[in-house]
Amino acid sequence: MVNSQVRVYKPFIGPFDPCPPLPYRTYVVPPNQYIVFQPLDWPQFSLAEALKLGTLWPNLYSPYESKSKRVEEVGSDGEPV
Amino acid sequence: MWIYEKKLQYPVRVGKCDPYMARLLLEQYGGADGELAAALRYLNQRYTIPDKVIGILNDIGTEEFAHLEMIATMVYKLTKDATPDQLKAAGLADHYVSHDKALFYQNAAGVPWTAAYIQAKGDPLADLYEDIAAEEKARATYQWLIDMTDDVDLQDGLKFLREREIVHSTRFREAVEIIKDDRGKKRFF
Repeated sequence: MVNSQVRVYKPFIGPFDPCPPLPYRTYVVPPNQYIVFQPLDWPQFSLAEALKLGTLWPNLYSPYESKSKRVEEVGSDGEPV
Repeated sequence: MWIYEKKLQYPVRVGKCDPYMARLLLEQYGGADGELAAALRYLNQRYTIPDKVIGILNDIGTEEFAHLEMIATMVYKLTKDATPDQLKAAGLADHYVSHDKALFYQNAAGVPWTAAYIQAKGDPLADLYEDIAAEEKARATYQWLIDMTDDVDLQDGLKFLREREIVHSTRFREAVEIIKDDRGKKRFF
């Protein structure tokens, strides 16, 4: 699953790398990085949803899915050896 | 100041996909007798050592940074293509939760580097004997690392680094002879 907060880059792949290459590296830029001072009156999650997600505001919500059992976010090379 | 040459002192080849070996190699990256400790030890001691041997500490300290770069390359090559699951299987889960795949100045057991590993006593003999001991300990560490892998490409790089420790030890022992100075000379006052 790729969400809009995930950044992708291609690391250098050498001709003599010992392990099967992973073509991409990813990192997350959460939405707070673009918010200097939180404005008033933002749209809100329902209370039940907010308690589950950890924030009242969709604008601050940053999902994160496990990379386990999968190869990074993208690509299908390099299955476990 | 330094001039940086954008290549390794000796080519680093890794032929076997063995992420666990990366963990063992960290002993020479951020361990007590590792390359970081060596570089910082010599480059710091050189200010308070007799003029005649400053150059030895300066040049060897500089070369230790070139060795640090080689170790970093080995560690990076061994871990860069591993998934979190593969790192876990290789016994690197504890490294992953703190550092992802980033390199960190710690030893093979995960203990972070500390300045307590190095000494600057201000006494030239005390400092040079510490440096000689450090070189011999680093040589021994390289031997045990070579014992821990059957990858001949990796062994090749490690053997080069081990040999450099022997050369450095010799240079430091020569430095001791140089600062002993007057022995065997006729001096007239």
